[in-house]
Amino acid sequence: MLRTIGVASVEELFCDIPEELRFKGRLDLPPGLSEPELLAHLRELAGKNRHLDQLVCFAGGGAYDHVIPSAVRTVISRSEFYTSYTPYQAEITQGVLQSIFEFQTLICQLTGLDVANASMYDGASACAEGLIMACAHTGKARVLVAQSIHPEYRLVAETYLRHQGIAVDIVPCAQGVVDLAALAERLGTDVAGLLVQHPNFFGHLEPVREAAQAVHAAGGLFVVAVDPISLGILEPPGAYGADIAAGEGQALGNPLSFGGPYLGFLSAKEELVRKMPGRIVGETVDAQGRRGYVLTLQAREQHIRRHRATSNICTNQALNALAASAYLALLGKEGFREAAYLSFQKAHYLEARLRELSGKPGGLSRRWDLPFFKEFVIQSAVPAGELQRRLIARGFLAGPSFSQVGLEPDNALLVCATEARSRAEIDGFVEAVKASLTE
Amino acid sequence: MHPEELRYTKEHEWVRVEEGRKARVGVTHYAQHQLGDVVFVELPGTGDRVEAGKSFAVVESVKSVSDIYAPVGGRVVEVNAQLEDQPELINEDPYGKGWIAVIEMDDPAEINALLSAAQYKEHIGEA
Amino acid sequence: MSRLLFEQGAPGRRGFRFPICDVPEIALEDALPPESLRREAAPLPELSELEVIRHYVRLSRRNYAVDVGIYPLGSCTMKYNPKVDEEAADLTGFRRLHPYQPDETVQGALELMYHLERFLCEIAGLARASLSPAAGAHGELLGLMLIRAHHAARGEGDRSEILIPDSAHGTNPASAAMCGYRVVEIPSDSRGGMDLEEVKRRVGPKTAGLMLTNPNTLGLFDERIAEIAQVVHEAGGLLYYDGANANAILGISRPGDMGFDIVHFNLHKTFATPHGGGGPGAGPVAVSEELARFLPVPTVERLPDGTFYLERERPEAVGRIRSFYGNFGVLVRAYAYIRAHGPEGLRKVSEHAVLHANYLMRRLAPYFELPYQRRCMHEFVLSGKRQKERGVRTADIAKRLLDYGIHAPTVYFPLIVEEAIMIEPTETEPLEALEALAEAMIAIAREVETHPDTVKSAPHETPVGRLDETRAARHPVLRWTPKEQNAAAST
Repeated sequence: MLRTIGVASVEELFCDIPEELRFKGRLDLPPGLSEPELLAHLRELAGKNRHLDQLVCFAGGGAYDHVIPSAVRTVISRSEFYTSYTPYQAEITQGVLQSIFEFQTLICQLTGLDVANASMYDGASACAEGLIMACAHTGKARVLVAQSIHPEYRLVAETYLRHQGIAVDIVPCAQGVVDLAALAERLGTDVAGLLVQHPNFFGHLEPVREAAQAVHAAGGLFVVAVDPISLGILEPPGAYGADIAAGEGQALGNPLSFGGPYLGFLSAKEELVRKMPGRIVGETVDAQGRRGYVLTLQAREQHIRRHRATSNICTNQALNALAASAYLALLGKEGFREAAYLSFQKAHYLEARLRELSGKPGGLSRRWDLPFFKEFVIQSAVPAGELQRRLIARGFLAGPSFSQVGLEPDNALLVCATEARSRAEIDGFVEAVKASLTE
Repeated sequence: MHPEELRYTKEHEWVRVEEGRKARVGVTHYAQHQLGDVVFVELPGTGDRVEAGKSFAVVESVKSVSDIYAPVGGRVVEVNAQLEDQPELINEDPYGKGWIAVIEMDDPAEINALLSAAQYKEHIGEA
Repeated sequence: MSRLLFEQGAPGRRGFRFPICDVPEIALEDALPPESLRREAAPLPELSELEVIRHYVRLSRRNYAVDVGIYPLGSCTMKYNPKVDEEAADLTGFRRLHPYQPDETVQGALELMYHLERFLCEIAGLARASLSPAAGAHGELLGLMLIRAHHAARGEGDRSEILIPDSAHGTNPASAAMCGYRVVEIPSDSRGGMDLEEVKRRVGPKTAGLMLTNPNTLGLFDERIAEIAQVVHEAGGLLYYDGANANAILGISRPGDMGFDIVHFNLHKTFATPHGGGGPGAGPVAVSEELARFLPVPTVERLPDGTFYLERERPEAVGRIRSFYGNFGVLVRAYAYIRAHGPEGLRKVSEHAVLHANYLMRRLAPYFELPYQRRCMHEFVLSGKRQKERGVRTADIAKRLLDYGIHAPTVYFPLIVEEAIMIEPTETEPLEALEALAEAMIAIAREVETHPDTVKSAPHETPVGRLDETRAARHPVLRWTPKEQNAAAST
């Protein structure tokens, strides 16, 4: 090769780099490892973690231990999928393109809205971009965000929107759900949109119909952050007036993986499609009339619109979206409803058993006695962080505590039960809570 | 290709002066050819005020986006709503059915600053 | 034709069963307001596991990938993804960790992140890094937020402009705009670098920073980077390095030493984490000591006793750009890659990446126009101008390459080269694969001379031909709809 190029050494190929900018010596990194050494090292690192086959998971807060069918792994392990790239040459990447089209359809089927994109980074950034869409569509520069959404989602929305000169007003919650009176006070004709999470961070159902009506009356859009599993039994956003529905798709067939990679999804009414960020796949035909799929409406995106793009997003979470699609395809109509139904039942059984402990030593109670889907907030005489530790010592994980997400008071803790929890595990957890309270 | 009775801009817009200080605006044959298949047009709103030389509409093709600049200043009094369902009219009939908007001119003398058909042809190298 | 999920299956089929409910069941209406409940189940497809698996296996076989053949997309660094990295990320001790587990139960995960941060800083020549960004563009956005925070802290919050070369990737100006900045585009000179005189003319009190890739999107190293850095710094601006092309300089030159204040890496490019059909990636951002205080929450810190923790109290942080801590599964793969290579291995990566690109450039130069007569780095750009004169466009050449069983290079980017073809072979391709690509392109160049129509009407050998993108954009069909709805819509 060197001869063809006409140089004597590889060194000559770097001639354009000035001598003073050449890095001298070796990078200060540990020496390379063979595969067996590498795996031994990584197993050692992984071994320093307590994982969820060792701790039974009753934690929630936006990341959930739902059952993942084995076949999901088979699908995403096909290296024709995971070593492929964004499908820019459509003729030889129909596999990925069709799977994205299917994902878009599935998200619309869940949310009851008209269009969906190929994915966003995570639920938090998807919600932030949903609010930005509302501003782009209405031409207004103020948004309202319910205080009862996930605190991290609120911070991400504030961070994103602040840099675009959009004002973010927080609507306080009263007793664990958004305060409609406070909402009314804050609405105005300058509001582009309202973001509510349903079920909210505390697990409670929000008054979504009333919120939708209120923001629409003021000329704004209704943006909802939803737990996709909840849509197995709860009414879809499209039915109660949402213009945009976004959220975290991790629960759909993606492992917990210490917080990422996860899956933001974003769907909206048809008239908003040109303001939608991210890749979108559309159906079309070739010259012989054969059906095929292509990236479309690309004029929205950064590679064409550059500084006037709807967003800067390029790489998304395609493989996680594929996992979600396979998950939904495997569960199907009945299985998906069941995942939601069973999560509801397990969480309500957990709540009923924990209620037996109230009035007993330790002062355990629910922070708010409100309708919930699969998680709720408990509090006790023990600081939440300490309660968490005691439970871990007994083999159970609960959380997050309010302190972990920057909320108060410090004795409040989220607990969650999904369809993955057996009755025996729930009973064991309740025993562990009882013992931890009186330790 | 480039009707004699129209006026033109360097950015490939054409103008037809109509009764009542009105200027009907579109993009030239050259422009639609450069753009390729038009897939979407972002029209201004009726009643919007526009300034000469500033973008007032956007035309999208599959692989590109182009600003359309107002050739004259004034108020938009009519937009071609047909372009919403049939953006291809810009390709098929750029000077006729593919018109974009009608501007009521603040100062009709601004027309004089625009190019004649001959000057426009020279500008695009067709002279 | 390939059937969609929704066109298969039958009512009642299931691909997965849950255990029977083992807790006493309560009626949904007894615990939830009836109006909040779904009236009908979500209309998902109904397939058996066999049908689902066949569906996806068939789809995968209609898909090109690195594991199928060379993928010479310029600026994408489609290198081979080592399978040991997949095994690493799959370890239960990484995969089954909840993000809200207390720090003491995830010391292995935090240790990995801590060391990965240090490795990336060493490679970048900078002080601290955030592992939060989920992609390169996400890293760019963060980098620009850091620039904003830096100037605001010094009372110079009215610096409103970012200088970006006209050869830049579209995410650069898009990120700048998303951060509220105005973009000032700087032309490239005849050597393909930034026009230094133009930079000097355009910097000033409004300059917040300059974004650059080096080597740039033409695959060329901008030799005057030190001067550019000086000019921007003297004007009070910061320098941002888009790490998309870092594969050319690992262990050879460091952006921090070139004068850059902020660097993002694309782990899914340089550090071999799989592209996944478009994601997930990760775009960690490394910064100089001075900017470290603005990094978003959380960062990974180490106590004197050696334990690791997540620092959530960061008073000067720009805020949060995502939930949780980063694309951890992707971070594990990148960490494994760096540990496998070590410093010598990484250097070899860049040496071979640059060698392969220069080799291909020499092989193709007699047949395609070379806009810049220089050594290239890890990628190079050709122009299809010669072929355009014969009536064949770069798009046609790209499609014809598919008939040879090879994925086309990047086309029509960067925008400053007419009929651009950008080729990045990467270091992991064997000589045979490079030769196959060269021979295919040469054969096509010959076809353009002898029977151009074959090229213009390509591809001929693929499952579908060129697709009607105009129709897809004019009349978007973005989801499948059941027939009854279709029928109703057309009445």
